[in-house]
Amino acid sequence: MAEAHPVGFRWVMKAKERGARVIHVDPRFSRTSQLADRHVAIRAGTDIAFLGGLIRHVLETESYFREYVLHYTNASAIVGEQFQDAEELGGLFSGWDPETGTYDRSTWAYEGGEVAAAAGVREHSTQAFEGKSGMHAGEFKRDETLQHPRCVFQLLKRHYARYTPEMVERICGISHEDFLAVADALVENSGRERTTAFCYAVGWTQHTAGVQMIRAASILQLLLGNFGRPGSGILALRGHASIQGSTDIPTLYDLLPGYLPMPRSRADDLTLEGYITSNGALRGWWSNFDKYAVSLLKAWFGDAARAENDYGFPRLPKISGNHSHFATTMRALDGGLDGFFVMGQNPAVGSQHAGLQRRALARLRWLVVRDLAEIETASFWRDSPEVRSGELRTEEIATEVFLMPAATHVEKEGCFTNTQRLVQFRDKALDPPGDARSELWFMHHLAKRVIARYAGSRRERDWPIANLRWDYPEHGPTREPDVEAVLKEINGYDVADGRPVSTFNELKADGTTACGCWIYAGIFADGVNQARRRDPGAIDDPAGGWVSPEWAWAWPANRRTLYNRASADPDGRPWSERKRFVWWDEEAGRWGGYDVPDFQPDKRPDYRPPEGARGMDAISGAEPFMMMADGRAWLYAPSGLNDGPLPTHYEPIESPVENLLYPQLSSNPTGIRWQRAENPINPTSDPRFPLVATSFRLTEHHTAGGMSRWLPWLAELQPEMFAEIDPVIAADRGIEDGGWMTIVTERAEIEARAHVTDRIKPLRVDGRPLHQIALPWHWGYGGPLPGDSTNDLGLISGDPNVSIQESKAFSCDVRAGRRSRPTTTRLVGAAPPRPPVPTNADDPSAEEPKEAAE
Amino acid sequence: MADTGARPGSFERLRRLPLVGRALDWGMGESALSPATREAGARIAGLRATESVCPYCAVGCGQVVYTRGGRLVDIEGNPRSPINQGTLCPKGAASRQLVQQPGRLTKVRYRRPGGTEWEELELERAMDMIADRLIAAREAGWQDEDHYGRRVDRTLGFAHLGGATLDNEENYLIKKLFTAMGAVQIENQARI
Repeated sequence: MAEAHPVGFRWVMKAKERGARVIHVDPRFSRTSQLADRHVAIRAGTDIAFLGGLIRHVLETESYFREYVLHYTNASAIVGEQFQDAEELGGLFSGWDPETGTYDRSTWAYEGGEVAAAAGVREHSTQAFEGKSGMHAGEFKRDETLQHPRCVFQLLKRHYARYTPEMVERICGISHEDFLAVADALVENSGRERTTAFCYAVGWTQHTAGVQMIRAASILQLLLGNFGRPGSGILALRGHASIQGSTDIPTLYDLLPGYLPMPRSRADDLTLEGYITSNGALRGWWSNFDKYAVSLLKAWFGDAARAENDYGFPRLPKISGNHSHFATTMRALDGGLDGFFVMGQNPAVGSQHAGLQRRALARLRWLVVRDLAEIETASFWRDSPEVRSGELRTEEIATEVFLMPAATHVEKEGCFTNTQRLVQFRDKALDPPGDARSELWFMHHLAKRVIARYAGSRRERDWPIANLRWDYPEHGPTREPDVEAVLKEINGYDVADGRPVSTFNELKADGTTACGCWIYAGIFADGVNQARRRDPGAIDDPAGGWVSPEWAWAWPANRRTLYNRASADPDGRPWSERKRFVWWDEEAGRWGGYDVPDFQPDKRPDYRPPEGARGMDAISGAEPFMMMADGRAWLYAPSGLNDGPLPTHYEPIESPVENLLYPQLSSNPTGIRWQRAENPINPTSDPRFPLVATSFRLTEHHTAGGMSRWLPWLAELQPEMFAEIDPVIAADRGIEDGGWMTIVTERAEIEARAHVTDRIKPLRVDGRPLHQIALPWHWGYGGPLPGDSTNDLGLISGDPNVSIQESKAFSCDVRAGRRSRPTTTRLVGAAPPRPPVPTNADDPSAEEPKEAAE
Repeated sequence: MADTGARPGSFERLRRLPLVGRALDWGMGESALSPATREAGARIAGLRATESVCPYCAVGCGQVVYTRGGRLVDIEGNPRSPINQGTLCPKGAASRQLVQQPGRLTKVRYRRPGGTEWEELELERAMDMIADRLIAAREAGWQDEDHYGRRVDRTLGFAHLGGATLDNEENYLIKKLFTAMGAVQIENQARI
């Protein structure tokens, strides 16, 4: 965190000055470890074993926050008889189908009911594509004594019973002493009077069990009562200025704005009613799903969106499997993609298995790159390692390339959403130079051309373009579109008079409101750009603005801490004076406090839903997690995940170590493997690849370097690619500090300057020494300071829930000296370039429909 | 307590006393200002200050952008921001060079199929050419139904990959236009 989010880490240091204890768990000793009270070295990719050990410790020592667990989590829920745990089935859960490699997840449901996951139906696996309706809602059975053998609490105990400190030591290489120190610190700093926060970044997410790593931390924090309270939570430290915004208003294949699922090619999604029924929920906040879906369609299609044509919903494109960046890469590689827009992204260096990315670029018909400088993705045809090796010849690469000059953050106005959902508007300070333009300008003027071409078309497929509402005013000599007009559409408005809505509570499902992204409703409340507010308030005074409520605007509804009703006990009183945040004000008959309550403002804590209640009426006044259909945070996830209701230790796909807990399995059985000759996997425990590699970032660089390697100051501060390696393995391989070393996987070999250092220590894993190497991933072959790319080494793989690749743990080997040939020529199976073919062929990523699906 | 650089409160109280305070400030602040320094003034005097946000990580540090006559002079941390209180990391402090970097593009570069060099292209011409290719790719890659006969109403002819420094408004227009055109292969750094 000190390295990649230095200014955020300043607040950790402030907390430390006030007595907070800081623990850093990471494979390497970094700038963060240096400032922490304790550094715990871990084998990369084994975090679930470690967190599972901590969960077991909290349960066994009865150190959990009982009242919180009992009232605010699903600990008491009883799971159906059909469920079998991974402990019973050697690492698999019930419902496993070895033929498809997927689970029948209905076996994980609560007894007597099925619960919609918070965010509707979403699928990512290349295999899983079943249609599971989320609307079922029986009466959930509970055992408030937590004794029932099938209640979640007891399941949790059994699931983690073997995650002992000894097992943690064998798997993770974490000593008993370190383990207990962390466990004690967690327990001592949780409860009514104290809270603990977890901060994590892509070291947890970029794994084939990435989602479950976050789940494991959530379980631990829920047991300790560390959600919705000041100083609590698990905080994602996201790496880009608006990476949160890019998820909220997604340029992601499986989502529409505001976390509405992209329609899928199944009977349910052919009509608006089916889409709403199968993705909404009968209970909890998602019972409002229809209002958000219809308002989005009104924002896009304006007057043409009417009840009688389902507001245009049936004309939306539908996904039929995995269309993520990697699926698209494979498609391009096969000559099945004509055109590719890349805006502010550098996949030729930054995407996993970058050599394959570059080969894919060489098979497009055309490529549009928008950036500030000539990044590798734009110039691959001229000087990529594959061109230099002679594998590709510039003259034979048919890709037509448009490299468009972009505007910087100060040459345009608009808003970023930071890692804590805070939306901050930037003013424009100067004009972009020459023909440089914003992406807003580019999309607007491209849209005008496209819409003009389809105007008046009567073809069904052209309906969404011909009826697309696109009337943004333009200003200035370059005819820049009005960014606030776009933000107003995102905010939402009353269709009749154009008045901006003030909250999502005003949105309706009858076509009288339009809203581009429901969770951002209120960002233009009262016709004022709330994201442009710049009053920090009295930041040292809780009552005067501890959370700076008038500095910018946070979604939803300017709430700064999600689920903050959990900062009060079931009766609405603060758990302690020290940790007061949001509480029930009996006199006012409302929730009050230092933050905007993340709860219905006047729902009394003693409200209990009548039998058969629906929507928000079904959530009691003592259930803070209102996005969930049962109002509770889920220790056990009865739906919504593809790889299991409880986090389970699986090895990375590429690991030099067998799975000690589930020897029959190695890695996540549902993990996505792109099994192609060009994407060869290092086999588990292969003696050719005995080391664990992990990647990391430097303060002075940013991701694939497009915004840092070209800047003279930053380039001077960190000029050269290097690798961190421990002295023992360095001596063994004859690698000298400052000398060259080569790192090898099945995909590629890269060279780097060796940094032989105690910062990365050998671990003992299952009684044997294990060595790790750490690689910054900022360099590429182009630009003013070329260097080899860490991501040339990587495997394309995916978490089964979100399709993120496993780049934080893979196996490799090292040797002294420079590489003997261009980085990716080892690669077998990559065919020579050929002219791209038309793309009306069948979609290879489409999933076979299941009988049960429809 | 960390050393914040501030002098103790008792010192500050003494400083406010007449005479004694003057003595304490001997050789500091106003009393140390040479006529030359006074004459030179502050380097930021007369500059236009615009409030912005750092484009690197997701912490969201506030920035102040100083310009003179439409030219960038410097970018500093915004002292009013409750997030960074005027501080910036090395990247944020270098963000001025994003604007003024030696390799900054100002013209469209075009590489024709099989071409060995960049050519320059007028912006409007490039936009027309891209629109033509986009529409052709949409039509060529159109599917009413997928391989299994399920209705999909989409095109697989083109794809998009965006960085996560795009503004929310920009992402919104990308998703809106490309979805209306039937594209599903719309992705972002947010996944990878």
